[in-house]
Amino acid sequence: MSRKEVEEKLVKLGKKVLSDIQNSKNPSIDIPIRSLSNIVFDEKTKLLKLGDKVAKRYFFNVAQAKSFMQTLLVAAFCRNIVKENIHTSIRDMYYNLKRTLPDSDENTFDEQSESDPLIVDLETSLNVLREQLHLIADRKGVVAGNVVIEDRGDEIDWSKLGSGGWSIPSAVEDIQFKKVKADFALVIEKNAGFERLHEDKFWKKYNCILIGTGGQPARGTRRLIKRLAIEHELPIYVMTDSDSYGWYIYSVIKSGSMALAHASDELGTPSVRFIGLTISDIENYKLEKSTIKATEQDLKRAKELLEYPWMNHKEWKREIKLMLQKKIKAEIEALSARGLKFLSETYLPEKLEKKDFLP
Amino acid sequence: MVDEIKAKTAEEMAKEQKAVSVSEFFERNRHLLGYDNPTKALLTVVKEMVDNSLDACDEARILPRIHIDVKQKAPDRFKVMVKDNGPGIVDKQIPYTMAKLLYGSKFFKLYQSRGQQGLGIKGCVLYSQLTTGKPTTVISSTGDGKTSYYELMIDVRKNEPNIISHRIEESDKIWHGLKIEMEIEGRYIESKTSVNEYIKQVAIANPYAEIVFDGPNGRVEYPRAANVLPPLPKEIKPHPHGIELGIFRRMLETTNSKTIVSFLVNDFSRVGRNSAEEVCKLAGIEFDKNPKEINNEDSEKIFKALKKIKLMRPPTDCLSPLGEDLLLKGMQKEIKAEFFAAVTRPTSVYRGNPFVVECGIAYGGELPQEGTVDVMRFSNKVPLLYQAGDCAITKAIATTDWKRYGLQQSGKTVPNGPAVIVVHLASVWVPFVSESKQAIASYPIIIKEIKLGLQELGRRLYRHISGKRRAEMQRKRRKIFERYIPEVAKSIHELTNENYENIQKKLFEMIEKKVVKIEEVEENVEERSGRKISETREESFE
Repeated sequence: MSRKEVEEKLVKLGKKVLSDIQNSKNPSIDIPIRSLSNIVFDEKTKLLKLGDKVAKRYFFNVAQAKSFMQTLLVAAFCRNIVKENIHTSIRDMYYNLKRTLPDSDENTFDEQSESDPLIVDLETSLNVLREQLHLIADRKGVVAGNVVIEDRGDEIDWSKLGSGGWSIPSAVEDIQFKKVKADFALVIEKNAGFERLHEDKFWKKYNCILIGTGGQPARGTRRLIKRLAIEHELPIYVMTDSDSYGWYIYSVIKSGSMALAHASDELGTPSVRFIGLTISDIENYKLEKSTIKATEQDLKRAKELLEYPWMNHKEWKREIKLMLQKKIKAEIEALSARGLKFLSETYLPEKLEKKDFLP
Repeated sequence: MVDEIKAKTAEEMAKEQKAVSVSEFFERNRHLLGYDNPTKALLTVVKEMVDNSLDACDEARILPRIHIDVKQKAPDRFKVMVKDNGPGIVDKQIPYTMAKLLYGSKFFKLYQSRGQQGLGIKGCVLYSQLTTGKPTTVISSTGDGKTSYYELMIDVRKNEPNIISHRIEESDKIWHGLKIEMEIEGRYIESKTSVNEYIKQVAIANPYAEIVFDGPNGRVEYPRAANVLPPLPKEIKPHPHGIELGIFRRMLETTNSKTIVSFLVNDFSRVGRNSAEEVCKLAGIEFDKNPKEINNEDSEKIFKALKKIKLMRPPTDCLSPLGEDLLLKGMQKEIKAEFFAAVTRPTSVYRGNPFVVECGIAYGGELPQEGTVDVMRFSNKVPLLYQAGDCAITKAIATTDWKRYGLQQSGKTVPNGPAVIVVHLASVWVPFVSESKQAIASYPIIIKEIKLGLQELGRRLYRHISGKRRAEMQRKRRKIFERYIPEVAKSIHELTNENYENIQKKLFEMIEKKVVKIEEVEENVEERSGRKISETREESFE
């Protein structure tokens, strides 16, 4: 989609509202509903998709007037930066739009948490991506491996970036892969885990690309994973904590997220496999002494996972039920109980060797 | 020790006992008449004179015009003058009306009037004389061209008027009315329980009166708001169920009837021949016995029999309530509020005495938002300023649930809020808690009637307040849209390049129409905003 097309979509939104006003209709914006009730799991693509349920956001409605105004502020801001061809961060946009309304003590926005969801509203409503609106999220996620890329004219070698690795930008669309020398990519949820494997030169030993997400992966990271999987047909293995939150991270990488279901095509990678940690690993690798008691919240969340159609695999059901039964969880760091290098020298090699993955 | 005190003989004690005149009694017990302190004394003097003037005008069917003048002569001395346009007093009656205690026309009459015991104005004369030693000046004419001038004092021992000076002047200038002037010890403070408040409340309860008050802080005029007098109450004979034994015995002694049956029929209301004979049978008294020959024992039997038999309720035309219209007019002219309501209850009876309760409420406007509601209590159109806590009116207000009517209230107390509550009790015989006549006794039936009146007002008030709240909500909504419109217009302009002013103008025009419609749309939103919450939760989970 060209810059021009994105701009036109924003103008069209403005014209729709304008025509409401000119026809004395209560001005409204259609926003697709992003809750579970409007999420569909597409069995064919194995991705989460947004349904066609739409909520109208009205101006002349006390409960909605403010978010209507805020949505238009964000839309107008985006049109301006797209037109001027400049990029900015979502935080920058928040500060740009934040001001006190005249003759009041009310601000257009009080927290960035008010403007962030409006960006997603616009993305879904206009069927564009945040990056196409020229908005970038904070950098999150690092990568290391035998890969050379070109980014804005600079050549970057992922194998020569010292201890830190390359931090993944929010927009990776324009990155070109010059050289990719890897048999697979390993995605690890925890920064500490990435540090360990990077220091142990795991990617060199096993000829792979190492990606650290630092929690729930940012869009740039998810898009990068997808590009590696599609463009270079790399098998992708994901490692998270052995709890419902970690497993949900895996499901987001694999099938897309509910909040960004409109972008699943770009962000979801159905071919990824789960390498660990599983509840079975706890027994298999004698980690019993390093487990944590699951909280009510963990168990509730696990039960929800059982209900998701995209987690509907017998292997996963077994793991989740095992957790509900044992009421325990474990973090990646639990492996350190068996020695600091246990992860890179024993656990991962064995798993890879045995192809002990979950779908 | 005990032995040292010499025992008195009965004869010695008899020497010390002597008749105390009524005047002497009140000289020693002036607090009973409302002269406990200088502030209250000044109020009582003004009050007695004004009450008399209004009563006289009522009886003579004259629209009252009253001039009150209170001048400070020394820090604790005031000259009080009240002049009315009433019927005046015939020359030879003036000394007795003014200066002989318990002399008056009202004492044995049973009809609704302001004064009841025939003590009021004489008490003032006495108080003036006690505190300043000066006589009271009385000037009056009945419209015959002659004007009487008196300077009067009271001979306290004899309870007789002491005429200091007296003359009659004739002139071409015909007038009628009464002017009384006296000097008293007192103190003037403007408060909720003093002269200024009293006069204001009189103006509310007597909207057909024109009152001018020249006080120490300048003149206040209370114009007339109605040109009709409420109908004159009729004089009634006592109802047997309301009478007390002492009065019953005195009636037996003073009646002109020759037989007990005719006495019962003629001197009481609602007693027919059959009822009278039934009473006699019950008491075991012959029908034709002379009332004057009935001994104490028999009188008590008759009295008890009277209470037992069934009788019709007393007639109610002896009462003169203000009526909803006049009460409203009175409140509207003196209270700056936005909402007024008044209700007159049907006549009811306590212990054989008919009474009517009238309630009014004023709300909002310039009334203070904070603090307790202002309560104005009236009996027979006379404001009651003291002893609020002992009064049936206060109790009825405090035990009414005002929260359901939109006022704040903590427990059983007078509510809070920008309101004035007026309650008027009209009765031939108002049951006061004490002689100073400032609090109405709490008969359950009286409290019940007041509460019924207040509840009716409460319902009307609630309708007003809820309507007002809706309007307030709409105003707030409008404000929200007005605040957002410039931002919305600017954004649309940036998105479409359409003229900013045009968009803004059009949106402002839409406010009026949409604000009213919004309530309907709002219903649908509830659901959606609930869903919105679960969305955000979803997002934060990531």
